[in-house]
Amino acid sequence: MYDVIIIGGGVVGCGTARELMRRKAKVLLLEKTNDICNGQSKANTAIIHGGYDAKPGTLKAKFNVLGNAMFDQLHEELDVPVQWNTSLVVSFDLGDHEALEKLLDQGIQNGVRGELRIIDEQELRRREPNVGREAKEALLVGAGGIVCPYELTEAFAENAAMNGAEFLRNAEVTRINRLDDGRWQVVSAAGTFEARAVVNAAGTYADVINNMVSARKVHIRPRRGEYYILDKKYKNAFHATMFQLPSKMGKGTLIAPTVDGTVLIGPTAEDIDDKEDKRTTAAGLEKALRQAGRTWEHIPTRGFITTFSGLRATGDTGDFILGEAEDAPLFFNCCAIESPGLSSAPAIAKWTAEQVTERLGLEENPNFDPIRKAIPKFREMTNEERQAAIAADPDFGKIVCRCETVTEAEIREAIRRPVGARDVDGVKRRTRAGMGRCQAGFCTPRTVEILAEELGISPLEVTKFGGDSKLLQGYLFEEGKHHA
Amino acid sequence: MRKTDILIIGGGPAGLAAAVGAYEAGARDILILDREERLGGILKQCIHNGFGLHTFKEELTGPEYAQRFIEKVLAYQIPYQTETMVIDVSSDKVVTCVSRQNGLERIQAQAVILCMGCRERPRGSLGTPGERCPGIFTAGTAQKFTNLEGLMPGKEVVILGSGDIGLIMARRMTFLGAKVHACVELMPYSSGLKRNIVQCLDDFGIPLLLSHTVVDIHGREHLEGVTVAQVGSDLKPIPGTEKYFPCDTLLLSVGLIPENELSEMAGVKIAPSTSGAVVDEQLQTSVPGIFSAGNVLHVHDLVDFVSEEAMKAGANAWRYIRHELPQGGRKVPVEMGFGVGGIVPQFVSEDARDKVSFMFRPRNVYRNARVIVELNGEQVYAKKAMILAPGEMVNLSLPAEKLAGLKEAESILVRIEVPEA
Repeated sequence: MYDVIIIGGGVVGCGTARELMRRKAKVLLLEKTNDICNGQSKANTAIIHGGYDAKPGTLKAKFNVLGNAMFDQLHEELDVPVQWNTSLVVSFDLGDHEALEKLLDQGIQNGVRGELRIIDEQELRRREPNVGREAKEALLVGAGGIVCPYELTEAFAENAAMNGAEFLRNAEVTRINRLDDGRWQVVSAAGTFEARAVVNAAGTYADVINNMVSARKVHIRPRRGEYYILDKKYKNAFHATMFQLPSKMGKGTLIAPTVDGTVLIGPTAEDIDDKEDKRTTAAGLEKALRQAGRTWEHIPTRGFITTFSGLRATGDTGDFILGEAEDAPLFFNCCAIESPGLSSAPAIAKWTAEQVTERLGLEENPNFDPIRKAIPKFREMTNEERQAAIAADPDFGKIVCRCETVTEAEIREAIRRPVGARDVDGVKRRTRAGMGRCQAGFCTPRTVEILAEELGISPLEVTKFGGDSKLLQGYLFEEGKHHA
Repeated sequence: MRKTDILIIGGGPAGLAAAVGAYEAGARDILILDREERLGGILKQCIHNGFGLHTFKEELTGPEYAQRFIEKVLAYQIPYQTETMVIDVSSDKVVTCVSRQNGLERIQAQAVILCMGCRERPRGSLGTPGERCPGIFTAGTAQKFTNLEGLMPGKEVVILGSGDIGLIMARRMTFLGAKVHACVELMPYSSGLKRNIVQCLDDFGIPLLLSHTVVDIHGREHLEGVTVAQVGSDLKPIPGTEKYFPCDTLLLSVGLIPENELSEMAGVKIAPSTSGAVVDEQLQTSVPGIFSAGNVLHVHDLVDFVSEEAMKAGANAWRYIRHELPQGGRKVPVEMGFGVGGIVPQFVSEDARDKVSFMFRPRNVYRNARVIVELNGEQVYAKKAMILAPGEMVNLSLPAEKLAGLKEAESILVRIEVPEA
């Protein structure tokens, strides 16, 4: 019997699990797929929004600003990369000045912290010499930042697990029953569990989960966004995250530097019906590139290392749906967490945990340890640190991923950590092995070997992302089996 | 700090030959660093034959070819360190490397030879739309799985791109019991060797679909099929020509990229047309004392030419240390005229004394063509060619007397001449 079951291992679910560990609570998180951080949380623009964009008075506006203010502390406690690179909302028409003013006012009303002002073309070009010829002026948002969304989610989960939260993956929830005594019974692919409270953080499936228990139906229609990723070589092309002022032409496309040095170009926005349709399309990619061309006229297309798409969990109210469902006591929703979801996630997690705490009367946990250290990153070490790391663990002397300089020690630790990696993509998100310019061409065979060794399985059982996503089909010869 | 005369980065065909070349020129203090467990580089997984026809006048497999050079390295007692990854090279030739056994080391060299080879272009760089499921491999990764690990990527195969590794893997997968449905090439010609098309596709009845490409990839948890379409002269898919091929494996052979990250750290200038270092006829880069050879300099078609080039780089590195290379003189730029792509070298010293070799790739398929070299607008060399194709490199060797006019030359022009239609 748990105090709380959290459904969904994305940034909101894992963040809520961590927040709940500040109390004396028995918490279980159920994740549908083979790993945490496998939906929206892994495929987004990796931005900490300033908070000017949402309409004043909305939950989006409130939680964005609250969440934004939490990232410095998260960086300190969880060792997650955060950079305050500022955001620039660029207009391409002096006639749009009023619209920029409106965004500025909205930002002030929302309580956006830090510098917030309109800069003229001269200042814009001084800051960003590569901005397109049509650019006229921009809203500068000092509180705009960037974060590694995977590492944030993993850090939440690891820290929660270190403090006692339990995690089950491949645990798709198929039914939720309310027992006579008011407890919730959650039926999942990994077993049936009972809890006093349930938190629904199921991303694009949060409507399905809500609708299992509440008559107040929620509808989530995924909105797909397609992206290109540019090689690190171009990390200095833009300093700030470059937005385009929304206009009649649409919401525009971003040029978004990442904390890892790559550059994201995207996303598009397309409403789709299938919650698993994460394809990229010729039309979508072409559109992303065309729109982004206004901000960056000479996008070095030779520098693309990959493309991807992500699904936003877009609800039908236009706002987040948060809090205890009216007709389902102790069932708490975190629904329709689309943009600015990542920026808001820490605040949503904190607030949801507070709601649960109050309703369940949970006590403070004096033993809660908020500190989590990142997997040591060989690529970021000084030569002295590298020497020391190899002396302590020779596996740091074995570089598996050449492009991102990821060592065998890092990969092994990513698998061994609490809520650790169990597939190739999981290793990739935790270490960046395979995320570089060769896109895993060189490191895949060794990563497969290490995963097989660490998990005690055959290389044939190693998957890209769980389920049937096996990389290899068999041994060439019968005798191969005996060597395994 | 550890010191060495000549440090060679990479123990593949280029690195091995560079070491042999340096030793045979007189160098004795040489060190080869390689990131893998064994010397030989990519040749270790190239278990097909066809290597060494020029160098040894016999047909060897990749490992056999590598072994010939490894044996020389052993006989000459040239030191090498495997499982050692170079992470930095400075312009003053300090090389930083890491290994399990020695930790982090910094080595001061008098000359460095860059022999890092190349990597395969991944799917992501093509922007091919569709699912991002397993079952998609670069041809070389699949080759490593089958030939070195004894593991089978899949049974129903489509190959995108007709580079040599893709062609070789078409045959290899067929030998291993897989069905290769097609080899799909965007261009109207193959980028691979003619002999590979004949021996790896034609002999097994595998269709080569020229002017076609993969326009969609299907399968959520694992690859289930690809949609192939014909492309027009603008290389864009032609609507209505789509055809679905069920498959569990898509192998990519869509280009090789020289791995010059370390070269750039050392401040070596890179030529856009080769994605390799800019070099002179001595194979010296823009940084004095740093040389480059093999596929890191430009992607070759035959390993024999890699060996030849790297031996030269090795010998020149030793001559550089001995102050025997012409230094400081004016360098005459080599210009690419009609039909010429990716030429090496990009500069020739005005006081070049030996014969000068040029290598390049034709930009297209040309029949009954002539390759012409001009100095100051004057033709100094011409050679007839029945057929030129991007898959086969052109190798020219100009005797020094042909270049007598170099002192006065603004540039050297290499171009292809085709008969008027």
